[in-house]
Amino acid sequence: MKILISNQSELPIYAQIREQLKEQILNGQLPSGTVLPSIRKLAKEVGVSVITTTRAYNDLEEEGFIASMQGKGSVVLSTENKILKEQYLMRIEDGLLTAVETAKRIHMTEPELHALITDLWKETLL
Amino acid sequence: MSLLEVKNLSKSYNNFTLQDVSFSLPKGYVMGYVGQNGAGKTTTINLITGLSQAAHGMCTIDGICYQDNPRKYKEMIGFIGDESYLPQECKVSDIRFILKSMYTSFQLEYFNQMIQKWELPENQKIVSFSRGMKVKLMFASALARNTRLLILDEATNGLDPVMRAEILELLQNYIEDGEHSIFFSTHMLNDLEQIADYIAFIDHGQILLNKPKDDLLESYVLVRGDSLDLTPTMKQKLIGITSGEFNFEALLDSDETMGFDSRFVMEKPTIDQIMIHQIKNGGAAHACN
Repeated sequence: MKILISNQSELPIYAQIREQLKEQILNGQLPSGTVLPSIRKLAKEVGVSVITTTRAYNDLEEEGFIASMQGKGSVVLSTENKILKEQYLMRIEDGLLTAVETAKRIHMTEPELHALITDLWKETLL
Repeated sequence: MSLLEVKNLSKSYNNFTLQDVSFSLPKGYVMGYVGQNGAGKTTTINLITGLSQAAHGMCTIDGICYQDNPRKYKEMIGFIGDESYLPQECKVSDIRFILKSMYTSFQLEYFNQMIQKWELPENQKIVSFSRGMKVKLMFASALARNTRLLILDEATNGLDPVMRAEILELLQNYIEDGEHSIFFSTHMLNDLEQIADYIAFIDHGQILLNKPKDDLLESYVLVRGDSLDLTPTMKQKLIGITSGEFNFEALLDSDETMGFDSRFVMEKPTIDQIMIHQIKNGGAAHACN
């Protein structure tokens, strides 16, 4: 398990912890059944408040990534591909939205933006 | 369940009134008590530690108030102040002797370990200690007892970053079992901000805001822009506006960002910025004539 907090990030700290854990659950670095460190242990290790880590775990629990088991702590649940796709789709949408807004600011046309995306797509294939 | 419960504390001095201060700090959590110099932070702490008596109100630690059982109450508190309250003419060996005879829960071995770890000289008068050494001695004295609540009054002011990081770790160890809590006051928040669960603002002797830190940080955005771009409705939403020749800066409720488009710069505020703009907005001044 790996948690890297950035103070420059737009995301609040609990969301950074949540997203990083989610990513590691989704890509298999934290396989289902893994017991996560306790909320208090994590807060201490990462150097953040207990409420912050509590919130990250609560979010993950609500979204079905982990479950808290009596006496055992928080355990990673198995994830389906469906959730994975949904997560990434949201991230793509976010990125594209920024691109569209920025393009509009300099009065770029829709076809121009499409062309730019096509170019970038090809570039990254190389 | 709350460990520290403060209810309607009031106290008046010549030029200062602490008015109806209430808050509670649950077991296992950290509260930052923030305010300008002279806002009432130390007055509140003196009332909590039993150093002075409140005119009204009460405060309890683990359900016990000072009058119930002064000895037990005091044993539960570990206090670390901004200036050494340790007698200046004493040496570490004297402090050890005093603590041993005063507190039943004093753990000699733990105390000695900390003194050794921090390389505090045994036979040198405290008056000759550096600021960092004094703080270390205060921490060693407080942590070597079986306390429930640590109270830090501007304790990390003037410490170097390495020392501060070390203290942060000590504090987080202290609360890890969920039974101990920390109450710290400061006017320079970035010191301990990262580990604070709750933030309470005090201004002119009154609590202005008291929220979980994460909620507080999310409640506002910091907005900067050109005053000319502001419509009257937008201007009304701004909290504690400061205007310069080339721009303005203000807080904005996170739910009130309608109309603030790309002409404005919006970012996450720091707790210091929230405090500055809240105070600029009048703070508790309206209640102080």
